[in-house]
Amino acid sequence: MLSLIVFLPLSAALALLALPRLGDAAARWTWVAVAAADLALVVAAWLRYETPAAGGLAFEEQAEWIPGVNSSYHLGVDGLSLPLIAMTAVIFLACAIFALRETDRPRLQAALFLFLQSVSMGLFVAADLILFFVFFDLSIVGMYFVIAGWGHGNAARSAMKFFLYTFLGSLALLVGFIGLYIAADPHTFDMVELAEQTPLAGSSLAGGLVLAAILIGLAVKTPTVPFHTWLPPAHTDAPAIGSAVLAGVLLKMGTYGFVRIAMPMLPEAWRDWAWVIIVVGIVSVVYGALVALAQTNFKRMVAYTSVNHMGYIVLAVGAAGVVADDTAQARSVAVTGAVTQMVSHGLITGALFLLAGVLQDRAATYDMDSYGGLAGPAPRFAAFFAVGAFASLGLPGLSGFIAEFQIFTGSIAAAPVTAIALVGILLTAALFLRSLQRIFTGETRGRSVGFTDLRAAEVWSVGPLLVLSLLIGVFPRPLLAVIEPAAEVAVELVGR
Amino acid sequence: MAMRPLLLLPEIVLFLGGLTVLVSGSFLPRTRQWVTRVIAAAALVAAAILAAVALPGPAQPAMEGTFTVDTATGVARIVAALGTLIVLALASDEIAGSPRESETYALLLFATTGTLVLAGADDLLVVTVGFLLASMPLYGLIGIARTPRGAEAAMKTYLLGALFGILLLVGVTLLYGVSATTSYAELTDRLAEAPQGVVAAGVVAVLGGLMFKAGGVPGHYWVPDAAEGAGGAVAAFLTTVPKIGAVVAAYRLIAMLPDTLAWPLLVAVLAVASMTLGNLAAYWQTDPRRLLGWSTVSQVGYLLVPVAVAGRSDLALPSLLLYLAGYTVTNLSAFAVTTAFPDRRDLDSYRGMGRARPWLGASLVVALLGLVGTPPTVVFAGKLTTTMAAWDGGLAWLAVLVFVNTVISLFYYLRWIAPVYGRVEPPARTLPGAFISAGWSATTAVVTAGLSLALGIAAGALWSVFSA
Repeated sequence: MLSLIVFLPLSAALALLALPRLGDAAARWTWVAVAAADLALVVAAWLRYETPAAGGLAFEEQAEWIPGVNSSYHLGVDGLSLPLIAMTAVIFLACAIFALRETDRPRLQAALFLFLQSVSMGLFVAADLILFFVFFDLSIVGMYFVIAGWGHGNAARSAMKFFLYTFLGSLALLVGFIGLYIAADPHTFDMVELAEQTPLAGSSLAGGLVLAAILIGLAVKTPTVPFHTWLPPAHTDAPAIGSAVLAGVLLKMGTYGFVRIAMPMLPEAWRDWAWVIIVVGIVSVVYGALVALAQTNFKRMVAYTSVNHMGYIVLAVGAAGVVADDTAQARSVAVTGAVTQMVSHGLITGALFLLAGVLQDRAATYDMDSYGGLAGPAPRFAAFFAVGAFASLGLPGLSGFIAEFQIFTGSIAAAPVTAIALVGILLTAALFLRSLQRIFTGETRGRSVGFTDLRAAEVWSVGPLLVLSLLIGVFPRPLLAVIEPAAEVAVELVGR
Repeated sequence: MAMRPLLLLPEIVLFLGGLTVLVSGSFLPRTRQWVTRVIAAAALVAAAILAAVALPGPAQPAMEGTFTVDTATGVARIVAALGTLIVLALASDEIAGSPRESETYALLLFATTGTLVLAGADDLLVVTVGFLLASMPLYGLIGIARTPRGAEAAMKTYLLGALFGILLLVGVTLLYGVSATTSYAELTDRLAEAPQGVVAAGVVAVLGGLMFKAGGVPGHYWVPDAAEGAGGAVAAFLTTVPKIGAVVAAYRLIAMLPDTLAWPLLVAVLAVASMTLGNLAAYWQTDPRRLLGWSTVSQVGYLLVPVAVAGRSDLALPSLLLYLAGYTVTNLSAFAVTTAFPDRRDLDSYRGMGRARPWLGASLVVALLGLVGTPPTVVFAGKLTTTMAAWDGGLAWLAVLVFVNTVISLFYYLRWIAPVYGRVEPPARTLPGAFISAGWSATTAVVTAGLSLALGIAAGALWSVFSA
């Protein structure tokens, strides 16, 4: 089941490459069909999903890979990963639909995104550190070609910066993985076994160093301050669907690593360094919001709000490490909020970046001051944009609220100082309202003149993302029911 | 102890094959020189098969204990023979019908034989023989293209080779002087009691000679010049195959030494120097072959990492062999792309190649990212296991430096990939035949890149063979 979900897009990508005679339209529709099929498979998996025993995984698959170093092809899902693969499938389908109008090498683009989809799916279901790393690294390679091949502006340079920066992070991560492997007895890369063993318990120096390597690797990918500098140029110059995948899916690989690898495998070191993580989270939240506030380029602004939103997640997982009596409940709420935020941010930022792509497509600029009164000529665009912006700033009734509410309830109960980060919510509210005002209100002027409203493909790609955000906001129970047991297990593991 | 010459059958086959090529080449007319290529290929295939048949057996001494046939020798034989076979495929485009065709093939076979002798040597004098047998043909091979650059590179290689050959002999003499033996079996104990200063000087000198052969610091000066000045196939050969013998010989040497001095540290310093210098020097190269030449210097650094922990970690030998096999196939793939377009000697001249020749472009990406160590290529598996070996052997800092260097190296490999997939200026796009590739090289590039991926996925199977 999981192997099929992971490798269906990849095999379709290879088929697309092997059939050069296939017309552009056929390639685009193949992409949509495969992405839809993959989503259907994920939905089927979700319907059949039953919460596994603590520490275990559902739909497990395991085969020998490099037995000499105890690394296997091991897949499985639980409440932390299932929502993320569902979100991944949704975002890639949205991108496939959005790209139906693409004219620049659509066959190659479809193949590349299908490759990226396989890689992303694989990462979230991997239960072996080397397998995880393989997918982690390949996601960087795929995104490099997306930015370099279909980006605009200074795309080659941004792509290079992205590659070098995140590759550095991935290698730091690998150093940490090898440290875990060497410390484990018997040596293994299996995530389930490592979480049971907690190999570096009792050696605070080695544990701290290995955690530092893993944290740096994940922090670059997430990204948190001060490792975020690759993100704004990469986003600004990436194509719309590239940005949607980068922000919606790839950034989650970092935060997912926190809850999947760092917390359960290095609980002692995690508790020791929880305050550092919380501080990094708070700084990311406030700094990201402040810098976003200063932007005039809409896409850069959304990119910086990603730093802010990822900061909430870092904050929550940091707070989960502040172990004290009877805060287990609160910390589990924080972790649930963090995972919900991963899903919610994926949907909302995905939608916002696709909408930014519409700006670029029609008027070739992201500069907010070039627009004005856009609500007149493009009412649908304005409505979608407003929903996205309100979801992103955490308005009740939308998914961002559910996530951030839980993060703050849990974190503040566990570590009251995290209340400082509430400023971030205020700032994002201000900046989104201001951008709404700048772009949409007032007299129609500048680039807004003659702006055509959303086309069908755009409506059908952005719309479902926003509808899902609304659904989660109004009716979060099914999602939380999946996440909560896993969050409780994660908190229990870190408390050992 | 007995001679048991049959154990050396692969080496004998290669040497006799070289002689046959040499002799028959002088009788064949220019238009039928391809026959010698077939003979050479047959000898290489035969040697690889013979080595593969012998591989599962137990380790056996040959030639009075001066040569060992074990897993390391067996793998080195197979990898070197198949590597040279791939070089023959590249040579088909370049030197078919050229005045020195059969001579080139003969020299390639002799140099490969020397590499195999080095890999199996269990005696300092046999190491010397292997060194000379692997080096002499190289001087001729580099100069055979008869270009001014080729002549300069041949001269430089020859002078350095002579110097390091003498150094090697000095080292052997010193070690013999304090131990009265050259056999590894007896050296371990005798060196433990010998004066440490002399032992250190001797080992450093022998290791220096091997570094020349491997193309690592401090014997690396000839590599970029030779890679740039020699013909494409020769450049591919000399940056790949001789390393196999030299690195395995260095492994045996270090594994044999007693624990009296900090050998791991010495080798680790050489490893760090090679990888760092090679990477930094490759940064602003504009000729793809020269860039690859420096890149191979840095790869020697990675190859020395498991050598540093020889005998201290169970992972050391299998990871070394895995890296060697992976490096050979991946490096040859990158060189095959340069020989597919022999006239494009500037990174920027590859602009638009990815669009014009998608398969070749993909091969180049696989090969270059493979050299970086990106999964799922086989070099990734090799790099992962070699760093695990270093960490396991107590050199965690070396493992970290390997990864730091990997990041440094990424930049110059991307400098080549970027134009391949970069935006094409309109005039270049209107030249439909702009990327006509040499047929054999193009096929070889694609096949070896595919092999690099396949071996990466099958790394588990390779590992179980190598650790037998």
